[in-house]
Amino acid sequence: MTRQGTPLLEAGGITVRFGKVTALDGLELTAPQGEVLAILGPNGAGKTTFVRTVATLLRPACGQLRVLGNDVVRDAVAVRRDIGLAGQFAAVEPAMTGRENLEMTARLFGHRARAARRAAAVVIDQLGLGEVADRRCGTYSGGQRRRLDLGASLVGAPRLLLLDEPTTGLDPTGRSEVWEAVHSLAAGGTDILLTTHYLDEADELADRVVVIDHGRVVASGTVGELKASVGRDVIEVVLADPSRLDEAGQLLERVTGNPPRLDRGGRRASVPAGGLRQLAAAIRCLADAVIGVDEIGLRRPTLDEVFLALTSDQPDKPPVTASPATSAPVASR
Amino acid sequence: MTAEFSSHQPSPSCPSAPSRPADPSQPPSPVQTAALTRPATSPGMTRSCVEVARRALRKYFRTPGLWAMGVVQSVLFLFTFRFVLGGAVQGGASRYADYFVPGYVATIVLFTGAGIAVAVAEDRVQGFTGRLLSLPLPRSAIVFGRALADFTTNAWSILATAAFGFLFGFRLGGTITDALAAFGLCLVYGLVFTVVFMVIGLVSPNGQAAQGMSMIAFVFAFISSTYVPASTMPGWLQPFARYQPITPMVDAVRSLIVGSSGDVGLALAWSALLLAVFTPAAVLRYRRA
Repeated sequence: MTRQGTPLLEAGGITVRFGKVTALDGLELTAPQGEVLAILGPNGAGKTTFVRTVATLLRPACGQLRVLGNDVVRDAVAVRRDIGLAGQFAAVEPAMTGRENLEMTARLFGHRARAARRAAAVVIDQLGLGEVADRRCGTYSGGQRRRLDLGASLVGAPRLLLLDEPTTGLDPTGRSEVWEAVHSLAAGGTDILLTTHYLDEADELADRVVVIDHGRVVASGTVGELKASVGRDVIEVVLADPSRLDEAGQLLERVTGNPPRLDRGGRRASVPAGGLRQLAAAIRCLADAVIGVDEIGLRRPTLDEVFLALTSDQPDKPPVTASPATSAPVASR
Repeated sequence: MTAEFSSHQPSPSCPSAPSRPADPSQPPSPVQTAALTRPATSPGMTRSCVEVARRALRKYFRTPGLWAMGVVQSVLFLFTFRFVLGGAVQGGASRYADYFVPGYVATIVLFTGAGIAVAVAEDRVQGFTGRLLSLPLPRSAIVFGRALADFTTNAWSILATAAFGFLFGFRLGGTITDALAAFGLCLVYGLVFTVVFMVIGLVSPNGQAAQGMSMIAFVFAFISSTYVPASTMPGWLQPFARYQPITPMVDAVRSLIVGSSGDVGLALAWSALLLAVFTPAAVLRYRRA
């Protein structure tokens, strides 16, 4: 909209403490307008604290945070007029209908009665809540409730939508409902900041990903840049005979010098590698040892692997996981 | 450490994959937020209070557990004091009703107020307070709107309790005007207790803790002149019973109802003092929710 060129967010060394716990530790971040930004990090990394600071619910102990040019402490009211907050820490009233909730929120954004009714009707229509709009939202499904919550953050036509873990606790249907809504909002031109600890969610929704851990930014960039930044490609082998997985893993470790990641269910071993030369060496070793291979190849690391490499305290010991599927939530640490 | 990491930029020579792998065969139909308009101004104090109050009242009157609970509790208490304990009190149960009913009605919000503390704590835990705080309404409207709603529900509790008091044998000793003045005092006390319970709710980590912390009100409700004269208590307890605010507040209401001694001015002074302390505390505490 207006204020073109002003960064969406400018965080300069913001620190937020709760008693002795430092939730944000001098976080630095600049994000341009016109993008979906995902804040990714393990539980306790400071994601929610960051969103609540952007939403003016928390004041940073030090540092500066500007949202579309407005300081979250000095110009808090201006920031509140620009943002809509939904997710973990913004709820709807279960004893009121969806429409009543939306109209109330619209009026608290500053709309007069008629404009509030119109805004509620638009949101109900666009988020597909028509059938349930006049039911008390205590009766809604998880997905409907989140969509209403999302709708409540939209009735004031915010410039920046803040979604704090928008799909946590939802079943797959509810999750895809929310994803669809976020996609269509982004397509309609709303800037979005979301937090998630689901890697596939960041992959699916975000233009730009900021990985934070221990209250600091550990990496940022597009998903592709992040994958590239961790550098090394991965050799992945699918074995014909799963009983020889350990043996294959040892071979791969000897060739690359890196500990492999073994997936027994998938008969799969993967290891960060230096490139084609190491792939060739691995193929030679496996052939020499007469280990049957269904598939072998060199691929870019998954966001899952990037994330572990960036946030793990012991990056040399990647855990053996049952499945490298990126849909798995990152376990709390 | 921070600067080093935050300045981390991926090598520009690295090829980057397309960042949004959305299925191109199914482009999402864009939500036209353009159809929504941005309000020209932030909401004013009056509108904000009305909205906050309306929501709290809808919740209260649409949840039978909330509006009925206070009445059921009142009836049980009145019944117990009138019919179970009353007979053992000097002077007999029916005269005792005239003594304790005015005091009980005046302090009814000390018993129903736990609901206020729980509601305030749950609003914070469940995120409703977060939503309000992210909106551009004046911060104090959250407290004033809540107080406005509770003023209404308190009136309901006071009237319902008084009605059962009459049913159980309590009779007015003074004029109707005096009774109305007493009702007005009860409403003022209700407001005072509301703000106190709001602060209890705000400092509690969750609804259960708020419920537990609200028990402190029982200390003030019982160790006062509400149920028995302070002079009948042991000497070491009398100073607390005489000088804590509930005793002058109850005495003032009783003086209007049955013409006993009491100082309305002192009761109002206590009310003003408590409001002056707890209202800003609630407003400040809401900012940290």
